[in-house]
Formats: sequence, structure tokens, C-alpha cells
Amino acid sequence: MSKPRLTIGVTGLNAIDSPGPGVAVIRGLREAASFDVRIIGLSYESLEPGIYMHDIVDKTYQIPYPSAGMEVLMTRLEYIHEQEKLDVIIPNFDAELYSFIKLSDTLKKKGIHTFLPTMEQFEERHKVNLNKFGNKYNILVPESKSVYSVNEVQQLEKDYDWPLVVKGKYYDATLAYNFDQVKSAFNKISAKWGLPIIIQKFVHGTEYNVTGLGDGEGNTVAAVPMRKQYITDKGKAWGGISISDKEALALTKRFLSETKWRGGFELELMKDKEGKYHLLEINPRMPAWIYLAVGVGQNIPEALTRLAMGWPTDAFTTYEVGKMFIRYAWDMIVDLHEFEQISTNGEL
Amino acid sequence: MKVKNNIAVSENGFIFNPGSGESFTVNPVGLEMLNHLRKGLSHSEIIAAMQASYNVEADNAERDLLDFIEMMRQYRLMQHDDE
Repeated sequence: MSKPRLTIGVTGLNAIDSPGPGVAVIRGLREAASFDVRIIGLSYESLEPGIYMHDIVDKTYQIPYPSAGMEVLMTRLEYIHEQEKLDVIIPNFDAELYSFIKLSDTLKKKGIHTFLPTMEQFEERHKVNLNKFGNKYNILVPESKSVYSVNEVQQLEKDYDWPLVVKGKYYDATLAYNFDQVKSAFNKISAKWGLPIIIQKFVHGTEYNVTGLGDGEGNTVAAVPMRKQYITDKGKAWGGISISDKEALALTKRFLSETKWRGGFELELMKDKEGKYHLLEINPRMPAWIYLAVGVGQNIPEALTRLAMGWPTDAFTTYEVGKMFIRYAWDMIVDLHEFEQISTNGEL
Repeated sequence: MKVKNNIAVSENGFIFNPGSGESFTVNPVGLEMLNHLRKGLSHSEIIAAMQASYNVEADNAERDLLDFIEMMRQYRLMQHDDE
């Protein structure tokens, strides 16, 4: 029996030193056992490496930044849909999710499926609201406060010990050991991601991450915990290993059953010296290391696509422990013609 | 205290803790002690076995064994007997 063929739009093609998840997601989709794919890359910049990886991405279209507004994005997506007849779109950036969640009903009417968290889930897990989230679901989270000026941090000094974690609204986090370092991180991160900046208490311990998929009804479709083995200066995992951690998995199941999370996610956890898990962050999409989940037996991109299509999807119950991923950098040689094509026509 | 049930130990002395994702290596003497511990041998049995393999005084063998167990404990490779 021949497999159905789906045309899937994927963002996050920036496979750089702080990589977007797009290329890893596509690798999972290409290895899907239950369908074949034509991959449409959706890029923001002309130098996103995925655009030029023709064995990964079949065709790429540039799309407008979220700051351009939803109407502009929708117009562009309608144009792409006319050309390609998209079945599914998988957005992979936190910053674009707001627009895609808002547009999901309109997209569905046009035959484009998504499988995203609800707006309420998306907002509730936001770094700015994490304290409230922890209280509501009885999950340990490090105390944090959103600040709009550096001076507000001085008032926090009374309650918080050094170091502090200075976090951007969407991305970036820096450890600061004194007020000067806070100031520098505040200015750097706010210039890039805007305000507020989140100041979080630092929890000493070992960091673990869990990626998974919730079906929107409280069930765990997939969950794979990983320990970072090699971390870049940007705090990204360059190597990691799948682990068997019952507590991390139990916490993940609880997170899914309590919130009825819909879609892919990544939990960033810190295990302290007493063995207690603190939830540092919930990323509302698949992480850049999602291919490890595929490699250990849980093809989350495939399962997410099936859920988006409304197809029956079995939950994964096992995965291989002790499998590693090691990322690498690879120089591609690209014709100027291709760069010109995407830069001037917005398509390649 | 006993060695955690779930840790994997290769013939080359590579140790993997699947719960934490940490890995370690031990030298051949360490590997021998570790294997004795995993088999559940008592301290005196291990010391006797080490003396049979190496030219070592019982006091030294005991000290090395206790140091080794303490290091294993610090690296969270040991668990309580009732766990």
C-alpha cells in the first residue's frame, strides 16, 4: 500500500550555533514510517543554512517577521499555499507561535493543519508567568520577577542571592554574579528581545531536559529525557545523552495531564542536590535536539504531524537509554545564484 | 550500601549511569573491585580476593576499597540496601 504524501511547511531552518529546530524536525519527518513528505522551508533570513540543504528542504519561501503583523504573514502563507498546497505547518520558534496560534483556525479553513498549544497554554507557561504556573500546578519553579528597568534589580538584591539568571522574554539567558553583570546582560538581551527581562533565582544542580508531545487531552504521546553533555558558550547542547529518569518522566506526565498540553514541548529542569526537580522553563515547541528523540525510537515530528492531520496516533511507551547525539558544523558550498534567488525573489 | 542496580559497566571499565546520564572510567583494579561489589561480596571477601590477585597488605586493600566505595557514593553510583 502506498503511503500518503504530505506537504509540510517548516520554520526554524537556522541550523547555526544557536540552532532552530527546523532541520532536526525535517529529518524526523523524512524518516516517518507512515507518510512521505514534500518539505517547504519557511525562512526569515537569506542565510539560514536549511534553505541551501536541498536534500532536507525541497523548496523555501521567505516569510515576514512576526513584527510585520498577522495579516502580512497570512497573505504570504496564502500565496505559498496557492503554489504548494500545504497540508501542515510546523512553526518552531517561540516568537512566531503567537501569530500561528491566532491564525490556526483560518489556516485550517484553508486546509492547512497545525498542532499547537492553545493561546491560554502558550501564555500560562510564559517565563513571565512561570511562578504562577508553578503554584497552580504544584511544580517547583525558581522564584523570578519580570523587570522593566535595571534599577528594579537593585530592589531584588535583598531577597535573591548571587548569582542571578538574567533571561530574555523569548531567548537568551546569562548568569550574573554582580550588579554590573546584570546591567550588561539586561542591556544586551533587552536590545535583542525587548522587555521585560526576567530575573530568576539560580538553582545549583544538574540540568536535564525532556522533550515530548501532548495530545491536548492530558495524555502523553511521547517523552524523552536527556542530559546535556557538552554545552556551548550560548548554553546550547552540542552533545547529549538519553537517560532513564523516572522522576523527570513523572513530572512530565503530570505537566501534560494537568495542563492538557497540546503539541510539542521541551521542559528545562534543574535537579538540585537533594534530588528535587525545579522547572526552569517550558519551551512551547520541539527543541533543536529533537532528532535524538527520533534516534531513540520516538519520532515526535511524525506523531505531531499525525495529530495535526487528525489521524489516530499511538503513544510511545519506550525509548533507548544511553544513546547520544553529537552536533557538528559543516561548510556547504553555495552558488551565489541561489543566495541571489532567495534574497531577491524570496523563494528558492 | 550497594552498587546501583541499573548502572552499566563494560569490560573496559566504562561505567554509565542511565539515571543521570553520567559516565566514568575505572582502571583494571577499580573494575575488579566494582565487579566484586556488584556480585554482592562482603568487604572481607573482596579484600581477600584483592590479596589473591595482587601483592597487597590487607590494611592497604581495605583502605583502597573503602576509598573506592566512598568515591562511588559521591558520584551517586551507590544506593541503600533497601532501595
